[in-house]
Amino acid sequence: MPLSYFLGLSAIMFTIGVLGVILRRNALVIFMSLELMFNAANLVFVTYASYYQVLTGQIFVFFIMAVAAAEVAVGLALMVAIFRTKHSIDIDQMSSLKG
Amino acid sequence: MPVIGTIFYVFLGIVAIGSALGMLINRNAIYAALFLVLNFATIAVLYLALGAPFIALTQIIVYAGAIMVLFLFVITLLGAEKLPGYEPIKGHRLVAIGMALVFLVELALFYFVRNQTTGPIPFLSAEFGSPKNIGVVMFTEYLLPFEVVAFILLSATVGAIMLTKPDRKVPVNLPQQQD
Repeated sequence: MPLSYFLGLSAIMFTIGVLGVILRRNALVIFMSLELMFNAANLVFVTYASYYQVLTGQIFVFFIMAVAAAEVAVGLALMVAIFRTKHSIDIDQMSSLKG
Repeated sequence: MPVIGTIFYVFLGIVAIGSALGMLINRNAIYAALFLVLNFATIAVLYLALGAPFIALTQIIVYAGAIMVLFLFVITLLGAEKLPGYEPIKGHRLVAIGMALVFLVELALFYFVRNQTTGPIPFLSAEFGSPKNIGVVMFTEYLLPFEVVAFILLSATVGAIMLTKPDRKVPVNLPQQQD
């Protein structure tokens, strides 16, 4: 399969992720859209790793996965903490610095 | 490329984009999470086709297994499947779709205007993305980033525990005012 198939698929998935971040109001769905964008970037990394036959791309995908896991753990903990004070995870209501 | 290969890739592409759109459109957060799991599994199959079996299985275990279960757990814990449907900012949706279209047009322009030709992806040996090779590269050339990632995971764990800890009553030891 040509390289452009993977690149196009990744671009479309990234755009859907951006749309999710802009459009949705549920903070958890916004996090999921972030994961989708991470995934699109990972697909490009793996594609070029096999295109140039260099293993570095796959190593970076591994690191990105680890950092994404850390980010999700902290982000979901923040969601739980915000839900305790505001009783909602609507992103439009998280507009004040003080709970 | 034989016809069966083309059918395989087109099918995977349709499933990946369709499940991503399903995640975007579905109003229920639990269904959105399940669509995202389907998307991750599809991308893992693409990783396998690209000669990265280790990354594909890590994707299944870490993303579809761990991260999405955490998401589902938090969604059900908070009871936040649905939000009341109103739009606080007028025209918000139209502007967002317009920006996404601009982004897609940029990508298409880049694809057609770039002065570079790319060939097909070369045939890889079975040893290329094997766990052994990845381990050798990760623990020799990328040892320092590996350690840094370990510290990031540790600090994220500690941070998550600190953030979700129920706040203790602060003992108030104000000096009593004497008359």
